[in-house]
Amino acid sequence: MTLRTTTAILLAGTLALGACKKDAPEDLPPPPIDPNAGSQAPTGPVAPGVGTNEHFVAGVNGQNVILFDTDRYNIDSADAAALQTQAQYLGQYPSVTITIEGHADERGTREYNLALGERRANAAKNYLTSIGVAANRISTVSYGEERPTALASTPEAWGQNRRAVTIVVN
Amino acid sequence: MKLMVITAAALVLAMPATAQDLAEPVGSEASVETVEAEASEPGGDEGGLTFTITDESNFDDLGIAIPAFAADRDMPTPANAGGTAALGTEIARVITANLRNNGLFKPTGPDALPRPTYPQITDPVWTTWQSRGAEMLVHGYVRAQADGRLVVGCYLYDMALRDELARSGWVVPPSDWRRAAHKCSDLVYSRLTGEDPFFDSRIAYIAETGPKGNRTKRLAVMDSDGANHRFLTLGGSTALTPKYSPNYRQLLYLSYVDGNPRIYIYDIDSGRQQLVAETGNPTFAPRWSPDGKWILYSMAVNGNTDIYRVSSSGGPSVRLTDAPGIDIGGSYSPDGSRIVFESDRSGSQQIYVMSSNGADQRRLSFFGGRAATPEWSPRGDQIAFTYIPGDFNIAVMSPDGRNFRKLTSAWQDEAPTWSPNGRIIQFFRTERNSGKTAIYQVDLTGENERRLPTPVNASDPAWGPILP
Repeated sequence: MTLRTTTAILLAGTLALGACKKDAPEDLPPPPIDPNAGSQAPTGPVAPGVGTNEHFVAGVNGQNVILFDTDRYNIDSADAAALQTQAQYLGQYPSVTITIEGHADERGTREYNLALGERRANAAKNYLTSIGVAANRISTVSYGEERPTALASTPEAWGQNRRAVTIVVN
Repeated sequence: MKLMVITAAALVLAMPATAQDLAEPVGSEASVETVEAEASEPGGDEGGLTFTITDESNFDDLGIAIPAFAADRDMPTPANAGGTAALGTEIARVITANLRNNGLFKPTGPDALPRPTYPQITDPVWTTWQSRGAEMLVHGYVRAQADGRLVVGCYLYDMALRDELARSGWVVPPSDWRRAAHKCSDLVYSRLTGEDPFFDSRIAYIAETGPKGNRTKRLAVMDSDGANHRFLTLGGSTALTPKYSPNYRQLLYLSYVDGNPRIYIYDIDSGRQQLVAETGNPTFAPRWSPDGKWILYSMAVNGNTDIYRVSSSGGPSVRLTDAPGIDIGGSYSPDGSRIVFESDRSGSQQIYVMSSNGADQRRLSFFGGRAATPEWSPRGDQIAFTYIPGDFNIAVMSPDGRNFRKLTSAWQDEAPTWSPNGRIIQFFRTERNSGKTAIYQVDLTGENERRLPTPVNASDPAWGPILP
């Protein structure tokens, strides 16, 4: 759900940019790189191949998401187990690069949540590098509280939203 | 009967549509020319006023009659399909709504009052208004010049003294007729309260649409009363936390247009934008210095966020904080010497103050719970912030951390911004479960809480200074 949403928004941004390219001022930043390009692989009867997010999620048995306590960013034993599984996959497929998305729940101020999401994504990244994944294979992005996956205003929903999601980008 | 004849007008050149999720540029505000309104008596005494009010609570009962502004003759104008006479009624309605919505007065508007004639504007028929219990009387006129622009005069009379308290006049293009109404509101407000004006100002904010799990967040601007709403981005990528520059010519805001959170500086006249800092790292929480010469931004490097300062004309950035926690935001004192900011170095979000060069950092908030998003009042006497004992409230304290006062109580109120005169605070309120957002305002007494009318859900308000 989250990934599909992300892709749709990024695609919309890309289309808008393309439509206006003729008049783009020279000093604008470079055009966006779609970090979800990998997830655009055709789905269907053919099993997703290496380099797709589907292949990654299947390869780590769905352990592509780790969760955090309120205002925390430490890697607990469950997170470590998931990240170790991710590291094994990355060891098996050395051409794959990943982006770690950091998220926060809605019970925080908006700007702080952006910083908190960045801190969570980096906590996951640092753990992966500490067990041997090359840092240049990992990028991070914080969405703060902007991309909730659980929509209720309950402690359970907030617990699901305080997360770091690893996605495959190539 | 003499009014200045106005000459040159600044031409705003239309620019082609730009990329980057940007809508058509709207252009920044031109300054409004103030002209001398006709005196009721030649050489009339401008000083020596005896009317003063010191206790704010008295305003609640202060009756102000605001009949339609008179037109010398009913002329067609692009400002109103009904001509200048209808426009005169509309101007009085805007003034009435301004004074009523801020809760300080009991105004009676043009729809419930007789219409004065043009000559009566400078020579009120006292008995007409006295019989209606009005203590104050606002009169005004509107005239279309040969060049199409409008001359609006505004007069405030004290019924007990049967004398004029204040008057002014402005020349505006027809499209800016509301600004003349706001200038008149400011004249009345300032004369009666002794406070600085605030109505003629604008607000930048984030317009929100769509379901909670897939919100579209667009950069938008509006007048202080919610009128003249405009979108500045198309919504293809998430926009957050806009801040008007002190001269209204630029906006700082966060955009995900390249897929990552980055702060851009958007030029309102040209509709062009660029990164504030080419860092390769995520940047957020942009702020202006009061003189517009400096920009504060927060940048995460390897997950650690600190506050940086860069000249608004470019150049190298200077790092102001180096604590291992999240240091974020920052709001300058009005004299530019100090910065109040947020840090979780103690283990939770709290408010700290430092010199503008980063020296002498110390904690201000010891209220229990968390404290976030501090904003220094333009008057310098208060700091507004998000107080989080559990739910999220708007609160204020003195710059030394004393005199804590909670102003709102709801499930989630956050991100205060000050009116130009430091008397009113706007913030945004999020509704539990639905995630719906709206901009509210409350005055410094905690009274007169009110939701601002916005066409869609709204968050991250940033109130600009008084317009020239």
